[in-house]
Amino acid sequence: MNTQYKVMPGPEHFLPPSASSMGIRLPDPGQGHIHGSIVPEEEAMEAAARQILQGKVPTIFPGPLVLWAWNEKAAQKAKAIRELFETIKECAASSQQPMLIPMPDYRPKYPKINPEIEINPNHPNLTIWHNKIDVCMFVGVHCHQANLSLKIIRGGTNCYTIAMCAQAGHEDAMLTFRDATAEKILRLSEWVRKLKGSVEPPSN
Amino acid sequence: MATQTVIGSKNKKDQVYTDPWKMMNEAERTPSFFTGSEVIKEALRRASCDVMIAYPITPQSEAAALIGELFAEGYIGDYFRGESEFAVMSQCAGAAFGGARVFTTTAGPGTMRAMENFPMWAGARLPIQMIVTCRGINSPLSIQPDTLEISYLMQTGMLVWHAETAQDFYDWILKGYMVSEEPDVHLPLALCCDGFFVTHTKDMVDLTPADMCLPPYDPYRSPVPCMDMECPPVRMMRDPFVMKSNYISYATHASWQQEVWAAVERSRKHTIAWLDGLIEIEKPDAEVLIVTSGTAVSQGREAITLLEEEGIDVGLVKVKTLRPWPGEEIREATKHAKHIIVPEFNVAGWMAREIRATIPNSERVYAGPHVCGGMTMPPEIIAADIKSAMGIKTSALAGRGS
Repeated sequence: MNTQYKVMPGPEHFLPPSASSMGIRLPDPGQGHIHGSIVPEEEAMEAAARQILQGKVPTIFPGPLVLWAWNEKAAQKAKAIRELFETIKECAASSQQPMLIPMPDYRPKYPKINPEIEINPNHPNLTIWHNKIDVCMFVGVHCHQANLSLKIIRGGTNCYTIAMCAQAGHEDAMLTFRDATAEKILRLSEWVRKLKGSVEPPSN
Repeated sequence: MATQTVIGSKNKKDQVYTDPWKMMNEAERTPSFFTGSEVIKEALRRASCDVMIAYPITPQSEAAALIGELFAEGYIGDYFRGESEFAVMSQCAGAAFGGARVFTTTAGPGTMRAMENFPMWAGARLPIQMIVTCRGINSPLSIQPDTLEISYLMQTGMLVWHAETAQDFYDWILKGYMVSEEPDVHLPLALCCDGFFVTHTKDMVDLTPADMCLPPYDPYRSPVPCMDMECPPVRMMRDPFVMKSNYISYATHASWQQEVWAAVERSRKHTIAWLDGLIEIEKPDAEVLIVTSGTAVSQGREAITLLEEEGIDVGLVKVKTLRPWPGEEIREATKHAKHIIVPEFNVAGWMAREIRATIPNSERVYAGPHVCGGMTMPPEIIAADIKSAMGIKTSALAGRGS
């Protein structure tokens, strides 16, 4: 399907369509996508690092696949995510406030979630609104739950979404990586460090 | 178990877990003379299936029984009979929630009885494979071929493929698991055929080696966690989305539904690779095209041969997958056609409706001939309808005194 559709920050619509239904296709190994266009993975790395360095509140949302040490790879990824977060904090301008907010599980939180300290895929917009998050990265979230959440974010917020996916990637994010490993997460960390000072930080 | 780590090792039946692409596309094939039911058994022998759940209903009963033999031989992890088709499909869900590769077979009223489960399977992202050997579903009872049940399956969020031949059936059972278990797809597959015409007739089928099998299903690639009473969708069935009435509950459910259909869309890429396209085209430049699926394709081929003898050139589009729907491919294939003939084995003409909704200038679509309730579709009636659509006078095919 030829498509003019671009996966851009919202608020897009009362109920935005899935990007897949609009003809956006997932990248193949070695590729990423930016706004729905397939790009080499390294280009996506640079673009993601720029977004992180430009955001007022760049935030990592680690999900259960990396929050629990259910195998050695998960533990390695968790360490890499911590390293990425430390790098972002180190490289952030004074006008930035990086955050790390976990998505420990997918249970709808009723009667009330505390959106300051955790995010839930069923109402991610609350966490984004409350913390004024303008750039976020999903990592270690089961694919179905990530797409569920990414569409809701696109529908109701202006947050720029990045997905670091261990499987095939997420066309509902504005920027996606696929086949995520600890090494790939650390490469993003290197890109953030490399671009420090060359990206205009957000104004206060 | 990571798929790549088991390739080359053996299972308890001494079959080698083989790279699926090599097994299906490069391994030597052995021509064999089998019924469609026997072909289902032979495909399952090579599918590394963990659980098969059976319930008798014609015309799939024979296949279900033959798979029982496979279980006795040790090729299937577990096999049992459910209390009804509804129970079978619910039990399939349980097995798949637990991380098993699951297979079942059903037909006609059985499909309809179990219908509540199919959107549940899709919503829960369970890559169960269900063979549907289509037959009549309405009163008065008929066990004969009729494809009406497919039209109900098409809105469930499942992948729906329609096999023409026993060879399709054999290959697509095995390839079906490869598509439906992809983490970006991870949906159930309804693999349909026209009952009796495919299941109870013998045909030459090229089989892959019996000592090769698919690698086992890897549930850790699932886009949802394995079953957990505290996780959606199980949790949502007992509280917030059902019990709460507020915007975010509805929005979440809407996004969930969209994600199921997004996964159907994502299956295109994998399906095109495994099935070599969603459609097959013969004589694409012909002014008249037969576009259909299942054994109506075979009858269409015979009609084309009859018309060739009269100097009338007719092309053919075989639709292999109904979900995902090959809309773009059909638009492209039919862009020069003046007449599009859609023969079907059902009273509703669902295939013609889908095609009309897909192409420009849909008045080109001739919805017919239709037969149903077990009637055969002689190629002569397709040829006659083609001539009629072309404005060529024909005599009545069945009648007295003329």
